[in-house]
Amino acid sequence: MKSITRQKPTEEIEQQLKGMERVYIIGCGTCATMTKTGGREEVLNMKERLQGLGKMVTGWSVIPTACDEMTEASLKEISGTIKSADCILVMSCAVGTQKIGSYIAKPVIPAVDTLFIGVEDGVGCFHEVCAQCGKCVLGYTAAICPITACHKGLLNGPCGGTNNGKCEIDKERDCAWTLIYQRLKEQGRLNLMKKYQPIRNSQVMPRPRIVKIS
Amino acid sequence: MAQSFRETLKSGKFVVTSEIGPPKGTNIEKMCHHIEILKDKVDAINVTDHQSSVMRFPSIGGCLEIKERGGEPILQMTCRDRNQLALQADLLLAYVRGIRNVLCLTGDAVPVGDHKQAKGVFELDSVQLIRTIKQMEAGTDLGGNKLDGEIKFCIGAIVTPEAKPIEPQLIKFEKKVEAGAEFIQTQAIYDLDNFKKFMGYARQFQVKILAGIVLLVSARMAKFMNDNVPGIFVPQNLIDELASVPKEGALKKGIEIAGRMIAQIKTDSICDGVHIMAIGKEEVVPDILAAAGLSNRIES
Repeated sequence: MKSITRQKPTEEIEQQLKGMERVYIIGCGTCATMTKTGGREEVLNMKERLQGLGKMVTGWSVIPTACDEMTEASLKEISGTIKSADCILVMSCAVGTQKIGSYIAKPVIPAVDTLFIGVEDGVGCFHEVCAQCGKCVLGYTAAICPITACHKGLLNGPCGGTNNGKCEIDKERDCAWTLIYQRLKEQGRLNLMKKYQPIRNSQVMPRPRIVKIS
Repeated sequence: MAQSFRETLKSGKFVVTSEIGPPKGTNIEKMCHHIEILKDKVDAINVTDHQSSVMRFPSIGGCLEIKERGGEPILQMTCRDRNQLALQADLLLAYVRGIRNVLCLTGDAVPVGDHKQAKGVFELDSVQLIRTIKQMEAGTDLGGNKLDGEIKFCIGAIVTPEAKPIEPQLIKFEKKVEAGAEFIQTQAIYDLDNFKKFMGYARQFQVKILAGIVLLVSARMAKFMNDNVPGIFVPQNLIDELASVPKEGALKKGIEIAGRMIAQIKTDSICDGVHIMAIGKEEVVPDILAAAGLSNRIES
């Protein structure tokens, strides 16, 4: 499971950095490295791009796992070099960016957009499998999530937009409900698809969601 | 007072519905013109709900125009743009203003429309929307609170008899009927033999089936639909028939084909009626009815 990110366009990064000349860059050694959006190579590339924009890069580092508790210690180690920067440009997912922002009093700017929590399905191909909706229906849907894999998140079967097992929005994408149907049929459990699924609770846990283990 | 659509469905007569698409903007002249043409020719008129996810004048607004002109509207209601509160509120308004028929749809996906960055709501699906109406009819809203005043609709839904694979669609069809759908308007059908097979299955359910008839205006349109519209399959012989006439005669040929299909559906009692979708050519619906031998049907 990885936090899947995509680099923001240079123009947007430039816009966010307006008025800030001295930039320190932080990458992440875990997800952003695997997705090639914020690993060592991408951080060095970003350094060149920022210099091309006339910025002064005061330093850079790749924190092992930006969202981890250890990030505080990592930041302490580099606090000397960070001090002279106007801001920190973070090339990790939004979880890491927020973690870093909680430890540093300087402006923290994201260089990537966090798209989804996904799995690697073949080399370099990531796809979303769970929307973290808080009410799992996989037991009824042959372990294929209709909330995530169906564009409309439908619970009671396919819409009329499905065509030859593909989705209305993209002929290359599978229709989740065709997949669910096929698997349930193979398992002799089509009765599950015939069962009415009630309206999903959108407030299983009102946002922001917090869990405390006693 | 004219017969309600539910009474028409129950009467056993061959039912004819058609539909209009509201405009993009406040100029409703053309839509009202279409209403005038259709209101005495068909048993009820659907008003589309931001069809193909293209923002337009609302379905409920079109339905009110039909009501004011003495026609029978069918409110198309998709789950794409409204959450529970908004859907229920619109149903309350529709009922108070005399709208008695609702067609429950999931709705097209947002990215196929003209507001590509909009949020697709889809909090409910079509089956859940039908159940919501039944719950409101029983006196409570989705929050479990008592509703003040009665509400009652004749509920419709859709099915795609040409979908491949068909079985997942049939499972959903059964869920819609079980939830309380009284009538079904199908996606366009052109292969009557295939449709007869579907009807052989659908006949076991207590629901009226109106076959979807989409007017073909050219061989190009037929090919386009085959390539791009899910669940529509125009057989080659119809494409050839359209291509066999000069370009300016294609519309006339399309009217002839639609009329011929409707006549056959009626003569062979294949299903309970038809839903005619002329998609921008609403003014020729009376010609289609004439070609089907169904002119002046409301009066007769």
